[in-house]
Amino acid sequence: MSETKKFMYVNRKAPYGTIYAWESLEVVLIGAAFEQDVSLAFLDDGVFQLTKGQNTAGIGMKNFSPTYAALGDYEVNKIYVDRDSLEERGLTLDDLQHLVWEDEDEDYAEKDSIRLVTRAEMADVLAEQDVLFNF
Amino acid sequence: MAMLHLVNKSPYDACNLNTASTIMKDGDQLLLIEDGVYGAMKNSKAASLLTGLKVAVLGPDLAARGITEDKLLEGIDVIDYGGFVDLVVANDKVQSWL
Repeated sequence: MSETKKFMYVNRKAPYGTIYAWESLEVVLIGAAFEQDVSLAFLDDGVFQLTKGQNTAGIGMKNFSPTYAALGDYEVNKIYVDRDSLEERGLTLDDLQHLVWEDEDEDYAEKDSIRLVTRAEMADVLAEQDVLFNF
Repeated sequence: MAMLHLVNKSPYDACNLNTASTIMKDGDQLLLIEDGVYGAMKNSKAASLLTGLKVAVLGPDLAARGITEDKLLEGIDVIDYGGFVDLVVANDKVQSWL
């Protein structure tokens, strides 16, 4: 009988330029399959991973951005996005994918997965985790 | 003797764009590719680096990252791979800021 731990994946790299973003998603899905309490944080260039409308046809790479929309089905529904990182990159919440999950306890009501947080709130979220994975 | 400057890193992850933009001479051309395209976004902290420079961005790298042209600074050329080749030919030298 193993106890559930709070796993936090901290994403700080842009997609496609390096392999970090894709590798992080792979590990997140593995962690979720083991029924851990998974949260994701996106800060610095990591916020670019969540932009909507990504189309990689012209660069010959796999577009993995639709995978973020599937996270809710794996009960990965705590996605913290750093507000300052978004703003200094000229982005708003509207530029990101609308990620949702269905709450079984409320007749499968659709709820937002993304929580826009201040740096101080992000610090509190990090502090309450058991394990931190950095990508 | 015009030079083509290539930047492929995000301006928030590396100082490449900062160095390239301050070393460029009149008539030089900057081309942003791969994660470098984030440097062309308006309302961003990095936007001021490009003031007064001749700048192009590679369209396929923008599309991959979900950045539409309305998010870019004024006066930036969006080019394709053929346009990339044209810039290489049109300039005397290429400086790749790796």
